[in-house]
Amino acid sequence: MSFLTYLINGLSLGSIYAIIALGYTMVYGIAKMLNFAHGDFIMVGCYIIFSVSGAIGGGSTMGVILSVILSVVLCSLLGITTEFIAYRPLRGAASPLAVLITAIGVSYLLENVALLIFGADVKSFSSVITWQGLSFADGQLRIQGVTIVTIVVSLVILICLQLFINKTKQGQAMLAVAEDKGAATLMGINVNKTIMLTFAIGSALAAVAGALLCSAYPNLSPYVGAMPGIKAFVAAVLGGIGSIPGAMIGGLVLGIVEILSKTYISSQLSDAIVFGILVIVLIVKPTGILGKVIQEKV
Amino acid sequence: MRIDKKTKDNLITYGIVVAAFLLIQVLASTGHLSSHMKGLLVPMTYYAIIAVALNLCVGILGELSIGHCGFMCIGAFTSAFFSKLTEETLPGGLRFFLAFVIGIGFAALFGFLIGIPVLRLKGDYLAIVTLAFGEIIKNVLNAFYIGYDSKGFHFSMKSQMDLGLEPDGDTVINGAMGIMGTPHDAGFTVGIIVLLISLMVVLNLINSRDGRAIMAIRDNYIAAEASGINVTRYKMMAFTISAAIAGAAGVIYSHNITTLTASSQYFGYNASIMILVYVVLGGIGNIRGSVIAACILYLLPELLRGLNKYRMLIYSIVLIVMMIVNWSPKVIEWRKRTFGNLGIKKKI
Repeated sequence: MSFLTYLINGLSLGSIYAIIALGYTMVYGIAKMLNFAHGDFIMVGCYIIFSVSGAIGGGSTMGVILSVILSVVLCSLLGITTEFIAYRPLRGAASPLAVLITAIGVSYLLENVALLIFGADVKSFSSVITWQGLSFADGQLRIQGVTIVTIVVSLVILICLQLFINKTKQGQAMLAVAEDKGAATLMGINVNKTIMLTFAIGSALAAVAGALLCSAYPNLSPYVGAMPGIKAFVAAVLGGIGSIPGAMIGGLVLGIVEILSKTYISSQLSDAIVFGILVIVLIVKPTGILGKVIQEKV
Repeated sequence: MRIDKKTKDNLITYGIVVAAFLLIQVLASTGHLSSHMKGLLVPMTYYAIIAVALNLCVGILGELSIGHCGFMCIGAFTSAFFSKLTEETLPGGLRFFLAFVIGIGFAALFGFLIGIPVLRLKGDYLAIVTLAFGEIIKNVLNAFYIGYDSKGFHFSMKSQMDLGLEPDGDTVINGAMGIMGTPHDAGFTVGIIVLLISLMVVLNLINSRDGRAIMAIRDNYIAAEASGINVTRYKMMAFTISAAIAGAAGVIYSHNITTLTASSQYFGYNASIMILVYVVLGGIGNIRGSVIAACILYLLPELLRGLNKYRMLIYSIVLIVMMIVNWSPKVIEWRKRTFGNLGIKKKI
């Protein structure tokens, strides 16, 4: 029974990684850039929920819903603004490293602004999910409310994203821009707008992930997003960067491996094991689990 | 005697380092350096060294590595381990020399072993695997315990108690507590000498037949392969040398501090990214630029300490603005229109 509990916990953590990884993978697929600041959008989302529910007086359902919606909206606005000010001028720069370093700069900036406003001390985040959860087999197997909500939310997001990309015009435009920017422009697609939309969706997903992450692990600090951000990036690469189902699979694998190795092997070595899995998968399959192999033409 | 342009260029680079060294020595002996500044000198040298190492990997070989501090970590721990063991038996100079050789040897060995799987990958996949290896090295060292007693060495991955040492035993690497009390063998002079040696190694490599092969692979590996260049061999060579030099930076780091721990601040991916920032702002592929950028960017947040809370904020804004001004195609075009070709460096 305890194994099952750990497995479900891993699934829940994996779902959070998957939501973050979805944002990473979409931005990477379309803008071809590693957005190192993505993890910090999570942190921004958490602080927005923290301040809004603090101002309204947390606990009430309306307050919680309002704060989450506000956090999602503000985060996507932040994503759009960052893209416009910091990343768009560097599109077409001579080296792809330029925009990577700028993203690192944005990451430092967000962390330090949060540090100035909220201070370095760890704040206790009150969960946005008040439901106690379910209990099976005479209380031997308890699943917390936040765990169930996390898994359900991530599944809903995955299905919506798949529908959005495959069934709507905007989604098809995204696929076209990801494939070939020049050809997409010739087909009358507004590349700048499409990339902006991608950043908006990616950052909104980061805010959702932030709400779930801080509900499950209620310690809020300016660096809360950094490590989950990197792990989600690893998950996106593991699943094959640019692939949406790949990000989901990568996230789930990572979450389950992390929780199980923490429990059964060593809590100190769990990160090493997680990264070790990435190394092994990439050696066997150099483009990730669901990645496309693109043959280079001479 | 006629000297060609490249030799002259290299001599200028060495000259800058020597001149900076002499200037600082003069300032220090006349009492113009505060003790705070003196404390920054050695870190400046090891950051310059690792920036040179990373530039060899990113600029010359053309592969993005964000785990170079992992090699620095290997160099730091192996050399400090040796120095700690032989602290009483060997004289200072010889001990440091051997520790240095051991540090770069192990860093090169790890560079070689990690290079075998890593260099098969491309682009961002390669970058994330170097990050993964850097984190693995740091995490494993944090859970690594080794000690010795009359019966020989004991090691464990669980805890210090698990070593089962005799009463006369001594723990050398104590997990997350690291290595305590490494002798302070590396000062500013040693750092500068190692920096000069690394510069000589890298600059001579670039201007050699091997270096040209490495740069040909960077520019177009298919064309290089078609010209009969052994791509794997040269990639491995550049990566291993780069790891060895990063290890040298680690040796200086560990012999300049009292407690060596595998902390994220010095050996995590954040630290590796910081070095990458030095390399990119100094100019990708420009070795002299890396040295200068490492010194300036290391000093910048320290000199802004007076601004206390705002220093990292200012640093991050400076970073973003500098990147946009230096790299944005539109800004470059605007600069060309306004200033003509003044101030625009010719791209090689």
